[in-house]
Amino acid sequence: MSRVSEIMESMEYGPGIEDSSAARGWLAERGAFGHFIAGAFTAPGTTFTTRDPSTGEALAEVTQGTVDDIAAAVAAARKAQPGWAALGGHGRARFLYALARHVQKRERLLAVLETLDNGKPIRESKDIDVPLLARHFYHHAGWAELMESQFPGMSPLGVVGQIIPWNFPLLMLAWKVAPALAAGNTVVLKPAEYTALTALAFAEICREVGLPAGVVNIVTGDGATGAALVEAEVDKIAFTGSTEVGRLIAEMLSGTGRKLTLELGGKSPFIVMPDADLDAAVEGVVDSIWFNQGQVCCAGSRILVAEAVAGRFEALLKARMARLRVGAPLDKSTDVGAIVDPVQKDRILSICRAAVDAGAELVGGQAQEGCFIAPGYLRGVAPTNPGMSQEIFGPIATLSTFRTADEAIELANNTRYGLAASIWSESATVATDLAARVKVGVVWINCANLFDAAAPFGGYRESGYGREGGRAGMLDYLADAAPEAPAAAAPARQVAAPAIDRTMKLYLGGAQKRPDGGAMYAVPGGLAPVAGRKDVRNAVEAAAKAGKWAAMGGHARAQVLYYLAENLAARAGDLAARVGPAEAEAAVAIAFHFAAWADKFDGANVQAKPGHLVNVIPEPFGVIGLRCPDAQPLAGLLSLALPALAMGNAVVAVAAEADPLVLADLVQVLETSDLPGGALNILTGPADDLAAHLAAHEEVAAFWTAGGAGAAIDLAAAGSLKPVWHVPPRDWSAPVAQGEVFLRRAVQMKTVWLPYGALPAGAGGGAY
Amino acid sequence: MANPGTALRTEVFETLHINTPATERRAATLAARRSLKKDHQAAWLLNAVRCIDLTTLAGDDTEDRVARLCAKARQPIAPDLLEAVGVTGLTTGAVCVYPTMVAAAKRALAGTAIPVASVATGFPAGLMPLDLRLAEIRYAVDQGADEIDIVITRAHVLRAEWTALYDELRAMREACGGAKMKAILATGDLKSLENVARASHVAMQAGSDWIKTSTGKEGVNATLPVSLVMCRAIRDYHVQTGHKVGFKPAGGLKTAKDAIAWQVLMAEELGRDWLRPDLFRIGASSLLGDIERQISHHVTGRYASAHRLSLA
Repeated sequence: MSRVSEIMESMEYGPGIEDSSAARGWLAERGAFGHFIAGAFTAPGTTFTTRDPSTGEALAEVTQGTVDDIAAAVAAARKAQPGWAALGGHGRARFLYALARHVQKRERLLAVLETLDNGKPIRESKDIDVPLLARHFYHHAGWAELMESQFPGMSPLGVVGQIIPWNFPLLMLAWKVAPALAAGNTVVLKPAEYTALTALAFAEICREVGLPAGVVNIVTGDGATGAALVEAEVDKIAFTGSTEVGRLIAEMLSGTGRKLTLELGGKSPFIVMPDADLDAAVEGVVDSIWFNQGQVCCAGSRILVAEAVAGRFEALLKARMARLRVGAPLDKSTDVGAIVDPVQKDRILSICRAAVDAGAELVGGQAQEGCFIAPGYLRGVAPTNPGMSQEIFGPIATLSTFRTADEAIELANNTRYGLAASIWSESATVATDLAARVKVGVVWINCANLFDAAAPFGGYRESGYGREGGRAGMLDYLADAAPEAPAAAAPARQVAAPAIDRTMKLYLGGAQKRPDGGAMYAVPGGLAPVAGRKDVRNAVEAAAKAGKWAAMGGHARAQVLYYLAENLAARAGDLAARVGPAEAEAAVAIAFHFAAWADKFDGANVQAKPGHLVNVIPEPFGVIGLRCPDAQPLAGLLSLALPALAMGNAVVAVAAEADPLVLADLVQVLETSDLPGGALNILTGPADDLAAHLAAHEEVAAFWTAGGAGAAIDLAAAGSLKPVWHVPPRDWSAPVAQGEVFLRRAVQMKTVWLPYGALPAGAGGGAY
Repeated sequence: MANPGTALRTEVFETLHINTPATERRAATLAARRSLKKDHQAAWLLNAVRCIDLTTLAGDDTEDRVARLCAKARQPIAPDLLEAVGVTGLTTGAVCVYPTMVAAAKRALAGTAIPVASVATGFPAGLMPLDLRLAEIRYAVDQGADEIDIVITRAHVLRAEWTALYDELRAMREACGGAKMKAILATGDLKSLENVARASHVAMQAGSDWIKTSTGKEGVNATLPVSLVMCRAIRDYHVQTGHKVGFKPAGGLKTAKDAIAWQVLMAEELGRDWLRPDLFRIGASSLLGDIERQISHHVTGRYASAHRLSLA
């Protein structure tokens, strides 16, 4: 029997190995790699070996970056930055366009190199990673071009340190480098130690297109190199990686005033409703947790399926899993390639063991010879099981059931993470409701792991903060125009002696409460309560229960804020007696201003892919903590609290410590203005202590400080990875105390993908 | 082996949901996920030849034209090429003609095991009185047809008249007697994938041996997304009843690459059994020429010019 006849019997696929000789030749020509600093490769220093995880074969020697290397790279970036910014949007757009074109022209080299170094299937490198890389540079060439008109008054941050992971080396590079360059920053990028090769190939491309020296610098190395970058004199750190390291970075940057964005881990829910297309949902699992060996931060790793369809879903899932091919990453018929490193393989297996020890059943998921793990899932897994809460970062999902939509959401949100969610339902009504209620930055309705440069990506909760992609992503690489600094000392105010003694209390849950400790302290005009830890706790508890405020919608919130303005105006005389007429008038103006905004700070529908409705929706954080400015106690508090409230957040405000008595009048106004109890809570007392307690509270999702103790607040907030906005000082009774700058910080963007199509392509269909 | 069918069971498809964009995504990556090179590619292409219903359904068909087609069905790939890859006895899966050409086809294929398939039931629109459509089936069977490719009444699907569709198909199945029945759903007329899935289930419940996408005369013929939906219906029917129903895409497959893509679909969604001609047929006429050219290239290393390969 001939070979062909035999195959006609077996109908096997046979090997289809991508030719890697060109990439290997490229590596051989270069020998050991140095860093890419100031437009040139440095001589290799102390090197380590980077390997093909599928075979263990050594691919190249890469230099371990030192503190000095980092310093040299930062200096080069610093030197290059003014010139790069001065090129203007169009000048930078030309370079970004050239980068986009060149990565396209080098797509084969990049794809093969990526697969060799990382172990991901060549199909994914070729069809997903590299096209998205090019797409990202094209899109950001556009933002550079349009920068002056689209981001008026904003300026680049300066030098940005960027640390990227090993799961999508090229794509993460693009997500970091493209927006930073478009905005006029220069960068020092540290690729992951396992996967530095494509970043070095990209460095060559930078040279090829004539990118000015120092605009992109790449320093290779391990975590120590990354730590050196975090400690270097940069203006911002952008990090993608584990939540543990993200927390460490946030702590290291405490009090430095450097900007930080974090894209961290996830344990994203994958919700299958009873009216889902189950075959489509099963394929969604393949695209989620069995994509890139499950080494995907946003992978839908927690499958939650309606009990009504759980049996059928699991049968389909099992059958589909059985057809996945685990094998050589360069084989074009491979679905699941190699885990990036034996260390990661061991980690995945140990979490699976712990999950099984805790009572779960592992279906599939066997460790295989070499750096391979078969796809699998954990069934019979309860929320208490470590497999259900820990990010496995391997091709292992969890499978559990729910009864009703509310239980699905409860389970979906029962996690410290909030990166992404995948929702499967053929009802637009049901799916969009679940999308609104799930606490994550990216929602994929009837799809999974779709990415586009125009669609912001990033997390809620401990999945980090900041966005990559689209307008929101650009804003994270730009600085607002600095407000004019306030006059050195606030003018002393005339405090009228009250006719009758005033009693000031804390304002908690819509009621005036005595402080838990019972103590008061002397302030101009009387006594103010000394709030303590328990009062912080009570205030946050009250704020967390004020969900009604967000649910009211923009128009109803606007009405309340207008009514507040009206009542402030009615009490203008009393307020002016305490803080002077300018600040009293400013209070009314601020309330009017943010009432106006309450129903207008809209999201966007972005042009990601045809046939996909992609909405970017600003959502409130939940509870925002405020440390109000010491000066101008009334206008300062309102300038921070009202934008947060306008966007639907609940607020716990630590008032100006020295001079808070005017807030006793404000509380009376609040009580008569229909603001739901708990929406705004006001604490007085030792502001720095209270702010630190508040910033540490895990229920508080974001923190703004316009006062002192920045480092303590940063450190406290780092524990639960909440963003901290250090609000630049300003005259709080001037127009700079208003505006979109505040609103932007009061929301987090949720990107919701909804592919549509009544009929197959070619049979008709609309396009948004 | 024949599918006996079941009673009409609308409950198996009434709650069925199909998400069109997701189906298209899967269809788009199916072929990209599998690669066939060298001997494997040649073998898969020759397997596609085994599954072709070599078809002529034109108003100007003559008996001589049909005889020429049958000669190609007997010897679909040049003997020297087949010898070079060591494959013997290769024929197409069947020859497919109009009822009046069945007798000529039978004569031309005498001495071979190649079945003759005949379209019937007022092909392609099917809008004739039922008794005439049934009579046409009987005529074709009488002429010697081994397989009958019937067309369904699309209106029954568009109006969700499942009982009417089922009864009609049952009557046709009955009229086929010993011949096997392929039910053409005309998916290009049904438009929505949920319609396609429902029609697939009714056709299988009524005893079809294959379900087939298209007549080749609709605006859109076989596509991968439609085929994916039909294959999943076949899979579900197999799970529900234990009966294996075949699949026949028709009208959209023109290149060797198409032949590979559809076979990958069968292998991935249904498995090895559905790569045999008893469960997989390709309705095509020009496809064979492109496959022969690829085989020629595989053997000689050169691309053949069309005039060097025998016409059908």
